[in-house]
Amino acid sequence: MRSDRGQSAPLGLKIAAACGLLFLHLPILLIFVYAFTTEEKSFVWPPPGLTTQWFAVTWNRPDVWDALSLSVRVAAISTAIALVLGTLCAAAVSQTRFFGREAISLLVILPIALPGIITGIALRSAFALADIPFSFWTIVLGHATFCVVVVYNNAVARFRRTSGSMIEASMDLGADGFQTFRHVVLPNIATALLAGGMLAFALSFDEVIVTTFTAGQQQTVPIWMLEELIRPRQRPVTNVVAMVVVLVTLLPILFAYYLTRDGDQIAGSGK
Amino acid sequence: MTSAVSFKQVSRHFGSVRAVDAVDLEIAAGEFFAMLGPSGSGKTTCLRLIAGFEQPTAGSISIFGERAEGVPPYRRNVNTVFQDYALFPHLNVLDNVAYGLMVKGVGKTERLKAAEEALSLVRLPGYGTRRPGQLSGGQRQRVALARALVNQPKVLLLDEPLGALDLKLRENMQEELKSLQKVLGITFVFVTHDQGEALSMADRVAVFNDGKIMQVGTPEDIYQRPNTRFVADFVGSSNVLPPDFVQRYSGQHRWGSLRPESIRVSSATSGDGVAARLVGTNYLGATTRLALDADGLRLHAVVPAGTSLPAEGEAVMLTFNRDSLHLMDEPA
Repeated sequence: MRSDRGQSAPLGLKIAAACGLLFLHLPILLIFVYAFTTEEKSFVWPPPGLTTQWFAVTWNRPDVWDALSLSVRVAAISTAIALVLGTLCAAAVSQTRFFGREAISLLVILPIALPGIITGIALRSAFALADIPFSFWTIVLGHATFCVVVVYNNAVARFRRTSGSMIEASMDLGADGFQTFRHVVLPNIATALLAGGMLAFALSFDEVIVTTFTAGQQQTVPIWMLEELIRPRQRPVTNVVAMVVVLVTLLPILFAYYLTRDGDQIAGSGK
Repeated sequence: MTSAVSFKQVSRHFGSVRAVDAVDLEIAAGEFFAMLGPSGSGKTTCLRLIAGFEQPTAGSISIFGERAEGVPPYRRNVNTVFQDYALFPHLNVLDNVAYGLMVKGVGKTERLKAAEEALSLVRLPGYGTRRPGQLSGGQRQRVALARALVNQPKVLLLDEPLGALDLKLRENMQEELKSLQKVLGITFVFVTHDQGEALSMADRVAVFNDGKIMQVGTPEDIYQRPNTRFVADFVGSSNVLPPDFVQRYSGQHRWGSLRPESIRVSSATSGDGVAARLVGTNYLGATTRLALDADGLRLHAVVPAGTSLPAEGEAVMLTFNRDSLHLMDEPA
């Protein structure tokens, strides 16, 4: 049901909605404001003065660059792994019927349903048991567990909406398995993979819990921020980095949303 | 001459389901062959066996003399028009039609020229730049046809291709397919559950039931001389007459088939014929279908529209030529 266009919502409801939105987004705005404050020891409201010096300070801090570069590399490689494994798994689950199919589907989704702390502890004890030293790759492995889920979910939804006879049609017209994947399957799932990949990247980029359990001495951006909050030194630098993180994670998620938004039409159901 | 398609004792079982059960079949080159049967009778599985999407559990299939077992769909010189058309939504019409040539490595200008010609063949010239989503059902059907024909297959398989079209369009497409097949001389194998479609288009028809072929023959054979009760009833809803009834009129104790249009209905109450009672009338436009009760035996007759009819519930006399009573060997 759609409410009448001319009729406006009651004032009370409008105020409640505005309060809800403010509650959600005002703290984020505050973080942005504090990036420009002249007070560096603690956050005081209102800011005693405004300055843009912290952008320059941040630019010249090597620890910020280290954390950013680590986060970007971890997110990129976890996403790449997730794209390959998630797509293969989605293809297997949606295109064929085999014993244990539902169980596999559930097991793949489980890491995102479990609290991150469980995944973290499980991975840490597994690494300890196998005598694997903590490194860049242990972080990547930890992140890949939940990145796979995001890609898998996107891919499986798209596969379900893709007509199975399209693959048969391609084979019928002389394309072997590889050609069919390249010319028919991939173009049809490409936007789903792009969306899944971007969500995975964003998730990995701001992940804290699993990272604390699987990282050694390295600091990803979120871990670095937690450390910074404890030490009151050039505090607004954290806020500058926070602004960057918001942009880096928000833009891909928005883009992913637009890519999968009009996914109502069923690919290949030509009737 | 080598058969276009030859099945020797071919079976395809899915677990305990015998989708195709020990089928022998010869389809001649250049023939328009229809596989007719109710859903689940094995006709589509047979088509998929020819296309290579299914492998036989037992028996052997050859296509133009070459053994087909183990040959994947993409190495068979056979193309399919799918029931749901299965056009590629991410390609425009021209690229859809040129797809088969593209994966075979034919150069771009050459394959697009061939695709354009195929589109003209199905009377859709100039539609190349559109997307499949912008076409009507009938147009998609033609694109699917062009996409299959552009590869110059030796056998074209059509899986209920007219099922999704409305009546008028379907009749046009029937005529077009028929004339296209004559012009191209390609062997067409057509799967349908519509007996009218099979009879009007095919050179020969195979009637399927329960994974077996009940009868193969020309449309006339199948219609006039059904060999089983199933064929008589499925093709043209014939009156299937039990042996006791048949014996009275032909002297032989065998099952009989009597076409509804062969029965003449008069309101006479005495004389030579079968006494019956009119229990219902169904107006069908050009004809009227009568439900009759002849001493417990339910019969149907079809009379031209405008025939004066007795009222429902009244006694009537049924007559027919002895010649039109067809005797069947198998009671099944």
